[in-house]
Amino acid sequence: MTGPEPTDLPCAELVELVTDYLDGALPADWRARIDAHLATCAGCRAVVAQWEAVIRLGGRVAHDDLEALEPDVRDALTAAFRSRAQPQAGPSSGWGSTSSNQ
Amino acid sequence: MGDEHPYADDATLVAALRDGDEDAFAWLLDRLDGPLRRLARTFVATPAAADEVVAETWLAVVEGIDGFEQRSSVRTWVTRILMNRARTRGVRDRRSVPFSSVEAPTFPPGAFLGPDHPRWPGHWAAPPRAWDELPAERLEARETVARVRAAIEALPPLHRQVITLRDVEGWPADETCAVLDLSAANQRVVLHRARARVRDAVASYLEGP
Repeated sequence: MTGPEPTDLPCAELVELVTDYLDGALPADWRARIDAHLATCAGCRAVVAQWEAVIRLGGRVAHDDLEALEPDVRDALTAAFRSRAQPQAGPSSGWGSTSSNQ
Repeated sequence: MGDEHPYADDATLVAALRDGDEDAFAWLLDRLDGPLRRLARTFVATPAAADEVVAETWLAVVEGIDGFEQRSSVRTWVTRILMNRARTRGVRDRRSVPFSSVEAPTFPPGAFLGPDHPRWPGHWAAPPRAWDELPAERLEARETVARVRAAIEALPPLHRQVITLRDVEGWPADETCAVLDLSAANQRVVLHRARARVRDAVASYLEGP
């Protein structure tokens, strides 16, 4: 094997720190240890890249896991907001009957 | 729905809502519909029940906007209302996952050489495969995203909530902690475990059993 030894940080410990590392939550000396390890360890570089892929793919879940908000739900909520915004004229029976129809 | 804030800041948004500005309400409704419905689904058994909790949340927002003290962001405030409503409702009837599965180490112990290995203790016995060596269209395929979604939905509720806010919604750590009442360190532990299980699901899909 050529090149420097991949530092004293075992891969088994590094893989538990990937989220902290990517969140910038580690002290500078730990970050430096990980950077030094990654410079010589393809396996751990692959893990960090897998973590980044998981994060990116997670973001794509938001593109098609929900149906659009139902128009009648939106209308009902907007009506509730509108009735709140009415000038204070006491508990109007008109608004009460409208919202009870939703 | 873009990320740009059509209101200069939260204070402007709150003022518009208190003024009865329907555009402001519609904007907020669109902006928070995803996170609220996704979080609600971690508490209740059906999408319809989740949507009911979300609708109750919006009615509480409408009633509460005048009294909102703005000690947090609007987004945090609304999302915490959702969390409280969902917890109060107390519907925990979704099948739960054995907790041990999510507490397992990031990689199985056999992935590493033993601590008594003369030269490489704790280093890879079988390094993980680099996904970027796979065809890019495979990693980026909708089917891969579907596996990620299924893996997230199979997580225990707290793990699912954290990864949903952090990775699906892209929220920052501090806001995720505020919404879920977690310490920063605990949030990262839970997130790491959640990502590890999603990684496993993607790996077994991409690399085969």
